[in-house]
Amino acid sequence: MSLISKMTTGIAGLAIMATSAMAADLSIVHGSVGRDHEILRKQLDKFEANTGNTVTIVSMPESTSDQFGQYKLWLAAQSSDIDVYRMDVIWAPQMAAHFIDLNPLVADIIGDFVPAAVESQTVDGKLVALPMFLGAPALYYRSDLLEKYGENVPETWQEMTATAQKIMDAERAAGSDGMYGFVFQGAAYEGLTCNAQEWIASNGGGRIVELDGSIAINNPKAAEALTLAASWVGGIAPEGVLNYKEEDARGVFQSGNAVFMRNWNYAYALAGGEDSPVRGKFAVTTLPTGGEGTSTAATLGGWHLGVTKYSKNQDAAVELVRFLTNYENQKERAIVTSRPPTLSAVYEDADVAAQQEFIPLWKPVVDNALPRPSAATLRKYNEVSSAFWTAVHNTMSGQGSAEENLAKLEQDLTRLKGPRW
Amino acid sequence: MARSVNTSRLTRLRTRSAWAFLAPMLIVLFVVAGWPLGRTIWFSFTDASLDLMSEARWVGIRNYLEYVEFKDGEGKFYGLLADARWWRSVGNTIWFSVVSVSTETVLGLIVALVLNQEFRGRGLVRAAVLIPWAIPTIVSAKMWAWMLHDQFGILNDMLMKVGLISAPVAWTASPDTAMIAVMIVDVWKTTPFMALLILAGLQMIPGDLYEAAKLDGVSALRVFRKITLPLIMPAVLVAVVFRSLDALRIFDIVYVLTPNTDTTRTMSVYARENLFDFDKFAYGSAASTLMFLIIALITIVFILGSRMDLEGKRT
Repeated sequence: MSLISKMTTGIAGLAIMATSAMAADLSIVHGSVGRDHEILRKQLDKFEANTGNTVTIVSMPESTSDQFGQYKLWLAAQSSDIDVYRMDVIWAPQMAAHFIDLNPLVADIIGDFVPAAVESQTVDGKLVALPMFLGAPALYYRSDLLEKYGENVPETWQEMTATAQKIMDAERAAGSDGMYGFVFQGAAYEGLTCNAQEWIASNGGGRIVELDGSIAINNPKAAEALTLAASWVGGIAPEGVLNYKEEDARGVFQSGNAVFMRNWNYAYALAGGEDSPVRGKFAVTTLPTGGEGTSTAATLGGWHLGVTKYSKNQDAAVELVRFLTNYENQKERAIVTSRPPTLSAVYEDADVAAQQEFIPLWKPVVDNALPRPSAATLRKYNEVSSAFWTAVHNTMSGQGSAEENLAKLEQDLTRLKGPRW
Repeated sequence: MARSVNTSRLTRLRTRSAWAFLAPMLIVLFVVAGWPLGRTIWFSFTDASLDLMSEARWVGIRNYLEYVEFKDGEGKFYGLLADARWWRSVGNTIWFSVVSVSTETVLGLIVALVLNQEFRGRGLVRAAVLIPWAIPTIVSAKMWAWMLHDQFGILNDMLMKVGLISAPVAWTASPDTAMIAVMIVDVWKTTPFMALLILAGLQMIPGDLYEAAKLDGVSALRVFRKITLPLIMPAVLVAVVFRSLDALRIFDIVYVLTPNTDTTRTMSVYARENLFDFDKFAYGSAASTLMFLIIALITIVFILGSRMDLEGKRT
């Protein structure tokens, strides 16, 4: 082989290596709810055009519990198939070992993010995921129906129950057979944990596991909240609510068959969409309280982007994470999906305020949102959550009273805790 | 079999080639079934977690049963054998298997008897009957989940229009009906499989038996009881064993269709929950191991109890 041909081969080889280093094939996995998928694809198309990389979306079921199982398998197998994971706010402590520390890679922008969000993703000083969007649920209500029957927006759970009952009865008498008072997420999964800890915390019943790791859930205030919730099932809420996740609840509310709904922020954009039967007929407020001396509680939700250690294209993956969380994309996402952003500045954006009046109002709710006990219970969080939602689900489906189920829950949690979490 | 001392050269040759032919299958079986099973059993005696599989340490039978003494002198049993949730799952699984497999057997027999008759378009009907069996379980479970949905489901809509129910039933949500919903879907899906196996048995019965019975003027019911049933019994028993093995492992329908509650949780669902969701890989492995033993035990008891002819001696 002549020297020249050797050199040409070498140069060609270098060129190939250079292009492959520049254009990476990335995969991002998420569980889409509402318009998440649509907007993500649109933003990825921009990323592809800007960088020459290609990004494939791997889609998961909406249930966060289902997603967790699959992610756990991929990560334990050290799979390099997925580069970027969209992770639930509660997973960081359990999954930290599989993700790269983003701190040094986003040091220039991290100050712009909502501090509580960053804190929730920081485990022993390591930034596991960069916050993408937040969640803090709202009480959706049919403003037209409340006005029609001269009812005020309820401030306590008791008021909500009474109003829901009254309007439901009246509407049914008027011929709307399918009308219900209240829908929420009552299936036995993580969503029920979120719902039920709001009922209990807002009734002064404390947390599932206190911040210091102690267990005080078996108390009269908590039992009172669960007893009220159990009375909804088969009354103001359809019995099927025991198997409802987010989209089931939205389906009932958006087709005009519920007066109240507890749901995350994404439902606002969809229920107000052009093809929605309840467009212009509903509004949102903070979740009710347990009455005098208690305050509203909204579970902190949100989904955040982490880059796995096993990714073969970590640089490009970090670039993607930074791209998806930049101001422009967060703003677009806030407008299209009504998800609360993670950049403080987006809450003050005039365009966002004009098109999603919900968002700026929700800044204080997001700031004060109630976290689930994932930080206190570490690797045992899923089992804690499962024990909790089982106790609540049993109470609501009439298998034992709230007091009995809470006493059993206390035992289960104590056994799970052992000497320490 | 008596062993002759002077085994002929031919016999030895034939034995050797039989092993040679069996070897590839035995190796494959060991790799895909024996090795994973052995690993699972091994993990059930360790403290393995999904993230730290290689660092698993031997802990004896702690995952199965352990007596923990508290400081005040009192103690309590922990472990799978003392776990009420586990036994509830075992109970659910067995209840589900008994009801669904017996329903499927009866329905499958009826369908097979019909399909065994001569009628126009029989080929088409035989193929059409198999459709539920051909749809992947996950897909049919999701399909049924929508049909059974309390607000948008077609089933409630139809029942209400006919006037059988006055308010929508929450099939998959209510603890009273959740297990029934799972059984309905399973029966819908696997009756064709039973029918097919029994039909194969029916077609083995020589036609002259029926002719002779006809000449003697035996009633149709008697013919069924004295000729058809005894002759298809071996096929039915094999079908029942196959189905029971399958039913005892039920996972997908329950997982997709119903909430994750005590009323419908089966052994497989329990094992998966511990293996992946709860980060208790060893405990989940112990559940898998016990599940294997329970299924093996039930199958052996059934085969012995029904005096099934596995060796083909009676034919």
